[in-house]
Amino acid sequence: MSNWIINHGLSAFILVLWMGINTFLFVYYYLFYDHGLQFLYTRHIVGSGLSWARAPAAVLNFNCMLILLPVCRNLLSLIRGNFTCCGRSLRKQLDKNLTFHKLVAYMIALMTAVHTIAHLFNMERFNNSRQGKGDELSTELSELGDEANQTFLNPIRSTSTTPTYVVFTTIAGLTGVIITLALILMITSSMEIIRRCYFEVFWYTHHLFIIFFAGLVFHGAGRIVRSVKTTDPPHNISFCEDQPANWGLIPQCPIPQFAGGFPQTWMWVIGPMVLYLCERIVRFVRYMQTVTYRKIVIRPSKVLELQLVKAGFKMEVGQYVFLNCPDISQLEWHPFTMTSAPEEDFFSVHIRVVGDWTEKLMSMVEKLPEGAQGPKIGVDGPFGTASEDVFDYEVSMLVGCGIGVTPFASILKSIWYKFKESNPTLRTRKIYFYWLCRETHAFEWFADLLQVLEREMEERGMGSFLTYKLFLTGWDQSHAAHVKVHFDKDTDVVTGLKQKTYYGRPHWDNEFTEIRNNHPTSVVGTFLCGPEALAKTLEKKCAKFSVVDPRGIKFYFNKENF
Amino acid sequence: MGKIEWAMWANEQALASGLILLTGGIVGVAGQFAGWQFAAYGVAAGVFVCLLEYPRGRRAKGTSVERTGQYCLTVCVKAFGPITRNYYVRAFLHAALCVPGGFMLATVLGCVCLGIASLIYLLAAIRGEQWLPILPKTETREKPRESIKEPPQNPPPRPPADLRRKRLEDVEGAAYVNPIPVTGSED
Repeated sequence: MSNWIINHGLSAFILVLWMGINTFLFVYYYLFYDHGLQFLYTRHIVGSGLSWARAPAAVLNFNCMLILLPVCRNLLSLIRGNFTCCGRSLRKQLDKNLTFHKLVAYMIALMTAVHTIAHLFNMERFNNSRQGKGDELSTELSELGDEANQTFLNPIRSTSTTPTYVVFTTIAGLTGVIITLALILMITSSMEIIRRCYFEVFWYTHHLFIIFFAGLVFHGAGRIVRSVKTTDPPHNISFCEDQPANWGLIPQCPIPQFAGGFPQTWMWVIGPMVLYLCERIVRFVRYMQTVTYRKIVIRPSKVLELQLVKAGFKMEVGQYVFLNCPDISQLEWHPFTMTSAPEEDFFSVHIRVVGDWTEKLMSMVEKLPEGAQGPKIGVDGPFGTASEDVFDYEVSMLVGCGIGVTPFASILKSIWYKFKESNPTLRTRKIYFYWLCRETHAFEWFADLLQVLEREMEERGMGSFLTYKLFLTGWDQSHAAHVKVHFDKDTDVVTGLKQKTYYGRPHWDNEFTEIRNNHPTSVVGTFLCGPEALAKTLEKKCAKFSVVDPRGIKFYFNKENF
Repeated sequence: MGKIEWAMWANEQALASGLILLTGGIVGVAGQFAGWQFAAYGVAAGVFVCLLEYPRGRRAKGTSVERTGQYCLTVCVKAFGPITRNYYVRAFLHAALCVPGGFMLATVLGCVCLGIASLIYLLAAIRGEQWLPILPKTETREKPRESIKEPPQNPPPRPPADLRRKRLEDVEGAAYVNPIPVTGSED
């Protein structure tokens, strides 16, 4: 339970805060328009439709302001960089940006629906009232504005029109239809299946947000939501509402004058629009910066290693970058976790060939002559939470599953550099590394890394610093036969490492017991990059094997979404 | 990027339009707006479009993801054969269905959205796409493969029995080389 609070508490709080603000805005503006005396005449014609339209409008203003902010990833990186004092949890929230963006989008869609339906009723009632189908007061109110020196209440001035015609000939109506259409197209093209399989459709269509925001800003320019204005002499609404026939004839009831509300949406959205514009400019500038190739290595099993150098690039462990190659596709930016340590003077990514883009990149690189520069590449980033907590624990237990092993390349290298330099920020004295995968294809480069580390540690007599275990969960008869035959060899047949490969899944009780026996008084940090099921298992084991005695061993579980 | 299958997006758009047309129709009928007959039409057309578009088609390349509970509707839609398979038919059908929605404000948005879906379907049809049902693969019984684990027919090759008997008088002479190498047990 406490683990949940540590990992999810801040997210839950932000969600509650956001919903709280939404609810407050909705209720406040509903009551404002429902009880406000100046809207009494408007309400007489359209009923509660006014409040039902204006309340979601307020919520829409708020959410349209919010929606652009989570996608300003460079801005978020900047904030995250400056918040190193404020603790990891706050910085982790900034990584849930896309989830929040989608949530706000759903709220916008919902509120748009309520707002539109309410206005459908309003238009119908305004039209009926204008055509004299309402009561005396209603007809009288709708006729106001026909003569000179009168301001209108009912935005429909013609007595023989349809709501459809009115909507398409007013600013509010026309912009409303256009931006709702843009919203619908954006949402249908953002469905998971479209986004994952046909990213370009999603990306192009999503740029309709420009039309959305443009229309949104002008949506209120027509000022058709009208209220009674104070006149001299004043129009006593409560007294006069029962006797419309006497308006202009008795002193308490001069002809009421109306005016529309000042459009406010632009005040809400102008800030984020400017910020987003800056964000796109920053991305473009970053894209134009030169990136040179230090080394290109084609690894076995269709893995490409790129070592790149970019001026002013600073990274932390476990972060990722977006890469763009204009020769392959102008629009596509693909994320890759970095596999180099911050202590190195370059940054590297290991790219596995899985789809079109990576395939084309590989084929371009294969055709290059020795030592030549690769295709022009743009780099955006780095992004992602720095997993600096890894260095804080005396004993670290690192578990990487499948592709989740990639950030650990960066972490292990960094730990080794810090250890060699006796960096004081490194408190780690012992690392247990568990590598689980179905098969080692595509990760031979990682086995190479472990070999290099193993060798360096032995040279310095620090062989006991790192203990790693590889678990092959996808073995079969041919594997078993191969192992049986080469049983006597010193190094493992699969990886070439000194440490033998285990087959099947790890028995966590044994592993935790072993660590507990070796380090009875330490604080152990457990880090996982892998599936949810394993996270639950490890969490339980951490709780089970931690000792209540404050001098005893304590396991802390950290699940990182690298 | 991979070939874009426009039908996938057209399907999402058409489903959304069906829902919007349906909602607009319900509002129009419930509020008894002028021209509510068009709203009633909107309800019927909306339901029809939703039912037609709910079962997602199979992707030509890659894995297809079903919508929950779409199997029954897949069977129904498949039963109409070429009418539902061909996207030209769908494009013109949606274009025709959307027109009456334009006569009333409540259904006009559904009308425009369905019109856009119709255009995307037209594009899909021009590119030669088709609607193919996602059906569970029928299990084919695999013939049991030849087993290599039958017991051996012949005994292992050994010298004749009298040679193998332990001859303590002549240990050297009794030694023979095994045709197949044997590792002794380590004591």
